[in-house]
Amino acid sequence: MKILVAVKRVIDYNVQIRVKEDNTGVVTDNVKMSTNPPDDNAIEEAVKIKESGKATEVVAVSVGEEKAQETVRKALAVGADRGILIKADGILEPLSVSKLLQKIVEKEKPDLVFMGKQAIDDDCNQTGQMLSALLNWPQATFASKIKIKDQKLEVTREIDEGLETIEINIPAIVTCDLRLNEPRYASLPNIMKAKKKPIEQLNASDLGVDTSPRIEQIKVEEPPKRKAGIKVKNVAELVQKLKNEAKVI
Amino acid sequence: MSILLVAEHSNKELKPFTLNAVTAASQMDTDLHAVIIGHNCGDAAKKLSDLPLVKKVIQVEAAHYENFVAENFAPVIVKLAEGYSHIVCSANTFGKNLMPRIAASLDTSQVSDIIKVISSDTFLRPIYAGNAFATVKSKDPKKCITIRPTSFDPCESSGGSAPIENVEPSEEFNNTKFVKREEIKSDRPELGTARVVVSGGRGMQSGDNFKLITSVADKLNAAIGASRAAVDAGYISNDHQVGQTGKVVVPDLYIAIGISGAIQHLAGMKESKVIVAINKDGEAPIFSVADYGLEADLFEALPQFIDELNKLNTIQK
Repeated sequence: MKILVAVKRVIDYNVQIRVKEDNTGVVTDNVKMSTNPPDDNAIEEAVKIKESGKATEVVAVSVGEEKAQETVRKALAVGADRGILIKADGILEPLSVSKLLQKIVEKEKPDLVFMGKQAIDDDCNQTGQMLSALLNWPQATFASKIKIKDQKLEVTREIDEGLETIEINIPAIVTCDLRLNEPRYASLPNIMKAKKKPIEQLNASDLGVDTSPRIEQIKVEEPPKRKAGIKVKNVAELVQKLKNEAKVI
Repeated sequence: MSILLVAEHSNKELKPFTLNAVTAASQMDTDLHAVIIGHNCGDAAKKLSDLPLVKKVIQVEAAHYENFVAENFAPVIVKLAEGYSHIVCSANTFGKNLMPRIAASLDTSQVSDIIKVISSDTFLRPIYAGNAFATVKSKDPKKCITIRPTSFDPCESSGGSAPIENVEPSEEFNNTKFVKREEIKSDRPELGTARVVVSGGRGMQSGDNFKLITSVADKLNAAIGASRAAVDAGYISNDHQVGQTGKVVVPDLYIAIGISGAIQHLAGMKESKVIVAINKDGEAPIFSVADYGLEADLFEALPQFIDELNKLNTIQK
């Protein structure tokens, strides 16, 4: 079995986002970038499945600027066998990314495609489901548990009401929740080894996919600031304020 | 221009957030139809037709719709989409799972999780977990939109009498089978929709000390939250995590206890209506977003807080 894992390079979750002064976006220059957190869970799960002997190859793919190569390289350092980078500049909407991934799926013919459930930059939560639609494959979104049973997967999904279990036939798409597993850290020897693993580079334009945006970003602003609050002296004053001033208890 | 809202329901009843989604959809255009797809969902369809903002209800019935599998739902909505300019749904796990499958089939770039309708094609949506707001305009001829339910008020639920039209189901998708659903039964309100949330951070020092949080939450009928630091330290399970990588909450009252206020936590709670912070470090960033800050040792303050709450004649539930 072959598993393709899609990973995205995003601003690190610990960085305070700053909106550009001209309101065209957020500042990304000289900002720490990392792998989108749930994509780390996706890689971890694929590597664990390979380690259990149920998969033979894990391929990491990313779509984005040249530097997204670092994100692919990190996936290789935690156990992916080889990488693919689809180079594309500018804003990439999930629809474009899913069309590019569809091309890779057609070429690589994986049995499973894993990715995070959502990217923490645009917060779209679309790519996995869109790719499933384009391929007409089953989709198991927000996965917190995956069990492989022959040519089927039993997946537990995190839904608003609690947990849902579905069974899907392979080939299939799984989007991963943070609860799926605990991603490992790359060891230094594995980081060194990853430098020798191959990364194939492709251009989005060569794959015959039109990636021009369909959504015009008119402006990006800071969210409204909260007005400064007050410090209370003691618990009694706090309770009195909550009861009589804010009227919330 | 006409709008098709996809109703979320339990076959018996409409899910409450469907009413919020109707409000949002009606702001895009008043020619609003709603589709309900399910199995033996006649009662819920009737409730949908009672909503005065809904002009027509489309009911699609089949056994394979009983468990809301997106692979079964998407084809029938894609077919219905021919007659509509917008397809709209709530951005909860039902809509998040379903809408992109519809959008990709329609070759539409979806606009997710909007918090405001500016015009029929322009919307406001949070990005970076609410650390920035983007105004976006959809240029696709057919628009697929999911709405953040807590950003819109529920619509009027009675007085309407929309006609209910039945539409033929689409075929079953055979590669996905529903197995089971385990709903978390708790006496506590759900974290995502609770009116009050009481959260603990690394300052709690141990999982055992979270009992103090539980006592306060019991008094206020609140959901229990936690910072990522508290979850990472193993004090509490991660389904309680509030923040960029956990849940985004917008309660009337958010009480942050022993939480320093890392960026990733603030992203998940700073839209709350009233924020209280209790922390012994007066310089903690959480105080910058708190309406009421109390600089105190939480192990002294929390028992006092419970005592003070006990003194009140009434507490809102």
